[in-house]
Amino acid sequence: MTYDQPNTDAGGELYGYLVSFDSVDELLVGAETVRDAGYKDWDTHTPFVVHGLDAAMGVRPTILPYIVFLGGLTGTICGLLLQWYTNAFDYPFLISGKPIFSLPANIPVAFETTILFAAISALVGMLALNQLPQLYHPLHSNRMFKMATDDRFMISIEARDPLFDRSKTRQLLEALGGSEVEEVVG
Amino acid sequence: MSTSTVDTRVMLDNTTDDPTRRAPLVLNHNDFGFITDTVCGVVERKTPRAWYIAFAISLSLTGVLAVMVAYLVGVGIGVWGLQVPVAWGWAIVNFVFWVGIGHAGTLISAILFLLRQKWRTSINRFAEGMTIFAVACAGIFPGIHVGRIWVAYWLAPIPNQMQMWPNFRSPLLWDVFAVGTYATVSLLFWYMGMIPDLATLRDRATTKPRWLAYGLLSMGWRSSNRHWHRFEMAYLLLAALATPLVLSVHSVVSFDFAVSIIPGWHTTIFPPYFVAGAIFSGFAMVVTLVIPTRHFFHLEEIITLRHLENMSKIMLATGMMVGLAYSTEFFMAWYSGNHYEAFTFMNRAFGPYAWAYWIMVTCNVVVPQIFWFKKMRTNLVVMWIASILINVGMWFERFVIVVSSLSRDFLPTSWGYYRPSIVDILTFVGSFGLFFTLFLLFVRFLPIIGMAEVKGVMPAALHGEPGHGDYHGDITERSALRGGDR
Repeated sequence: MTYDQPNTDAGGELYGYLVSFDSVDELLVGAETVRDAGYKDWDTHTPFVVHGLDAAMGVRPTILPYIVFLGGLTGTICGLLLQWYTNAFDYPFLISGKPIFSLPANIPVAFETTILFAAISALVGMLALNQLPQLYHPLHSNRMFKMATDDRFMISIEARDPLFDRSKTRQLLEALGGSEVEEVVG
Repeated sequence: MSTSTVDTRVMLDNTTDDPTRRAPLVLNHNDFGFITDTVCGVVERKTPRAWYIAFAISLSLTGVLAVMVAYLVGVGIGVWGLQVPVAWGWAIVNFVFWVGIGHAGTLISAILFLLRQKWRTSINRFAEGMTIFAVACAGIFPGIHVGRIWVAYWLAPIPNQMQMWPNFRSPLLWDVFAVGTYATVSLLFWYMGMIPDLATLRDRATTKPRWLAYGLLSMGWRSSNRHWHRFEMAYLLLAALATPLVLSVHSVVSFDFAVSIIPGWHTTIFPPYFVAGAIFSGFAMVVTLVIPTRHFFHLEEIITLRHLENMSKIMLATGMMVGLAYSTEFFMAWYSGNHYEAFTFMNRAFGPYAWAYWIMVTCNVVVPQIFWFKKMRTNLVVMWIASILINVGMWFERFVIVVSSLSRDFLPTSWGYYRPSIVDILTFVGSFGLFFTLFLLFVRFLPIIGMAEVKGVMPAALHGEPGHGDYHGDITERSALRGGDR
């Protein structure tokens, strides 16, 4: 018996429909059908990365690599500026006759700051693009949805999609041959 | 559901190589629910009594560490066995030892990911966790060895009362940045990979505190494919960033030595030699921890014999690299014609610290040779004992480098013989307490195997390939474009 999230909004507005499948293959066929029907506000939920699902859903490549690149570049510049400002500008001091500022001696720190800034951009960028953390979501109040992190593969279509129609959308999902189509409210 | 690549008979030995089929990575099962139940079961079952006993011992040792550090801070650095000429004793030996152990996690999660070594999925979470705990132990030693630890913030470029900045032309400062970055990036990588698995624990939670705790940690993850898409890209990018990072960290650690002029330290072989040694010791520590854990929590079907055999092969390969480095050092000491260098190496092998040198050679070069034999690579007792011997050897490697070089440098009048004090020894023992305390908490409360990743390499997750299910849509072409990531 699992713990159920308290759902104070039960009986609220319709969020959308949810249907689940046993296997990856059924999900992929279903995703292509929903994609080809022209829906935009819909999603699939899988316990792991399903390769080929991006194409079956028509997901466009993410801009995350550009964000990470900019993060890395910022790191390089900050690392170099920090070393130049502290050791060559604000308080220049001579050690063992080494140059006050020279790239070879300053590369290791600049390299580390590049990696640090890029890695933080990767995590923060990923979460921001996914709009996480989002601790409340109507889907979490559905009991079947808990299986999406275990071994079930699901498709959800949101009610706000312009093509959404209570009976037509239900028929489309029922025809895919998954579980019973559930209404998600909240 | 196709099960063509899995033998349906109950089996636990998957080390046979048959080129016509892929060796299964999960044995006897091809359903995702099995992975969820097994891995979550470790966290959800009642805490075993053995865990409490182990935790009590580890926590007491952590207490010993705390007392030793407090004593050091209160009385001063003289409580250690340090004396000129050996001013870098066990503190630096322990630091390099722990940082080295902390290299296997990122190697498994980043480098093996980029090389598409799918067997990594069963052990990467485990190794990443171990990395973070080892780096935490490592971080203590340089922090406390500065003596006046209340001014340790001088290491960071923070404005201070002297109105001076740290010297960025010193490898010791590079080290601060390298280890600091490594600790941060390892933590990010570990946490990010765990988000989907924390969501699984949230969805299986039976009590409100569990649901709240795992719910907050998993950030409301709802396994959406639009999220997975960015998640996977972030994972790939982090792996690509962590790979040069892991190679840089121990290189920078080796610069602490190589940039000085002490004979035995001042060599260009140090960066690759240190990195190979770090991976060697890191894998040994993973084996030391994984063999009892998999036995105790019955994970034999997920962390299979083949995984352990692969790790033995890596230990053999890196052990040989370390052996090559030892002989290259000796060759260069002779070939360079430098008398000080030649003396240092003769002194290492036949001087007052010869005992330490030969322990190192025996444990690091001779012991791994048993892994040439498959019987040894698949014998858990042999593997476990060898992994402990390797870590003993790797600790002695750092001891030999630090102490033997310093104790006899250019001037015979300043030679000395270093002995650790009881405080040195107890501090080191205490650091193991901290390591195991963190490790036991991890095993008890977090998913120790990356469930989402293991599920992704199971045969049932494959599709769009002849013989795998009935879907032959437009993904086949796309996966061919991506280099066939089956």
